[in-house]
Amino acid sequence: MALLKVGTRLRSAVCNTEVMVVAAPQHDVEVSCGGAPMIDVAQERPPGGSASPDAAQGTAMGKRYVSEAGDLELLCTKPGEGSLGVGEILLRPKDAKPLPSSD
Amino acid sequence: MNVMMLLEMAASGFGDRVAVQNGSDALTYSELFGAAGAAASELSASGCERMAALDVNSLAIPVGLFASAWAGMPFAPLNYRLTGGELDALAARIAPSYLVTEAERVKGLAHLPDTTVVAREDFLARATTGKEGDPSWSMDPDEIAVLLFTSGTTGAPKAAVLRHKHIVSYILGSVEFGASSEEDAALVSVPPYHIAGIAAIASSVYAGRRIVQLPGFSAEAWIELARSERVTNAFVVPTMLVRIIDALENSGDASLPHLRALSYGGGKMPLPVIEKAMKMLPGTDFTNAYGLTETSSTLAVLGPDDHRTAAASDDPPIRQRLTSVGRPLPSVEVEIRDPEGRVLAPGERGEICVRGEQVSGEYLGRGSSVDADGWFPTRDGGWLDAEGYLFVEGRVDDVIVRGGENMSPGEIEDVLLEHESVADCAVVGIPDEQWGEAVAAVVVTRADHPVSEVELQLWVKERLRSSRTPSRIEFRNELPYNETGKLLRRRVRAELLGES
Repeated sequence: MALLKVGTRLRSAVCNTEVMVVAAPQHDVEVSCGGAPMIDVAQERPPGGSASPDAAQGTAMGKRYVSEAGDLELLCTKPGEGSLGVGEILLRPKDAKPLPSSD
Repeated sequence: MNVMMLLEMAASGFGDRVAVQNGSDALTYSELFGAAGAAASELSASGCERMAALDVNSLAIPVGLFASAWAGMPFAPLNYRLTGGELDALAARIAPSYLVTEAERVKGLAHLPDTTVVAREDFLARATTGKEGDPSWSMDPDEIAVLLFTSGTTGAPKAAVLRHKHIVSYILGSVEFGASSEEDAALVSVPPYHIAGIAAIASSVYAGRRIVQLPGFSAEAWIELARSERVTNAFVVPTMLVRIIDALENSGDASLPHLRALSYGGGKMPLPVIEKAMKMLPGTDFTNAYGLTETSSTLAVLGPDDHRTAAASDDPPIRQRLTSVGRPLPSVEVEIRDPEGRVLAPGERGEICVRGEQVSGEYLGRGSSVDADGWFPTRDGGWLDAEGYLFVEGRVDDVIVRGGENMSPGEIEDVLLEHESVADCAVVGIPDEQWGEAVAAVVVTRADHPVSEVELQLWVKERLRSSRTPSRIEFRNELPYNETGKLLRRRVRAELLGES
């Protein structure tokens, strides 16, 4: 477990998901994907893993995922089969209010 | 965080789509990504610390923006109208820089110290044929992405500092990734040294919308391009819209069949202009976007539904919203404060203060004007109505103080513009022995609609109060604007006082 930094990129250990940290809590947190702790984007994904059935709803490109408290927010930069979570609790997709294009 | 990440996602999400088009030249998202990487290698090898672009809208602008982000250098688009000493002064502030410009300007810039001057065509040729860079840009959110020299209507230009976190936060907070369809195209006619030009690139890339560049604005060229390229979205400053509407009217063909959304901002939109535009283009959604360079573009929007509701209403407070800038983005907070910093109630006029992750409020070498709680005083005056619609009334520094009464030029200008004879006007304060300041107006009349000073004074007096009635009104053929449509009030005032 470690303090997450905004801008850090993480990779799923069990699927293709990649995320960037958009907001991070002031305390240590371990982010998981597909039920397995995420790894630094620079690391190679270990072979043979797969998302656990309780965390396999998938991630969508460009979607943001937030914790219940709202202090952790991840942006999916590559989609995969796993679901993002902290411990047992899955992050929920953040609802984006459609805005008129202003530029 | 890095703006490059926006392009990386676009390249992986819809790499084969056209990202940007300029005449017959175009780059897909994959090609733009590749060009940014190759240009980044070139920038890194140059030993320069910043990239500058002294160019009109060209492919070098998006390539330069992303290449700089990739190479970890600030990108500084410069006003291509600048010459001589003004340009030398800006170049000195960003040296050592890698400056991309039009081929014919290269020779004339050779004297700039610590500046590597490169012709746009050479820059693009190397970017599109060079070796792809290693995708290893910094994700430090605090690095500088863009330096924009503000227009300097009130003094020497200041360089606004936009860090990666500001621009990325703005995009994530206002644009849905890949929300555009393959047919969508955004016409970019604002110059690249304007925040709206930069925001248009970042927004369109993240939305997956094709950018159609117009190198130099003319109403006729804009209309022609909007039609031939089936443009669906565009942003214009008010002076551009005035000219487009006039040109459409004069040509007898007002159709822009593909244009779904037209947003405007960057200056005050006169009510008669937007009303006319809505009538002429009933199939187009209008959005008013209010923002500043220092806030990474848009803070508040008056959306299409707001426009239609206000235009159709007979209820004055609702109808008045057509002159508002709408409501803040969900990621932005707005407060109106008095000069002592107290938060004012709806309906009370004061300074517009904003807070949000996209807000930089920082100038190069001058630090940040954001307070400890994250609030940025915009120096724009305004007020909120009971439902949170924001009305902007010009710069706080332009407020006229007459006999202890504060009045905003914008309020008086709005009333003058409602007169059928008034095509354009500017209200300024001039020194007055009795009142401290007196209200003066300069008016441009419509052809075939003569009007006298006394008639206009009466018009204002009946609608506002006598203290707000200009004691002096002069008539002119045109008002002084800068090239992005900002009224140069200092010049109006100086001219009235016989100082210019």
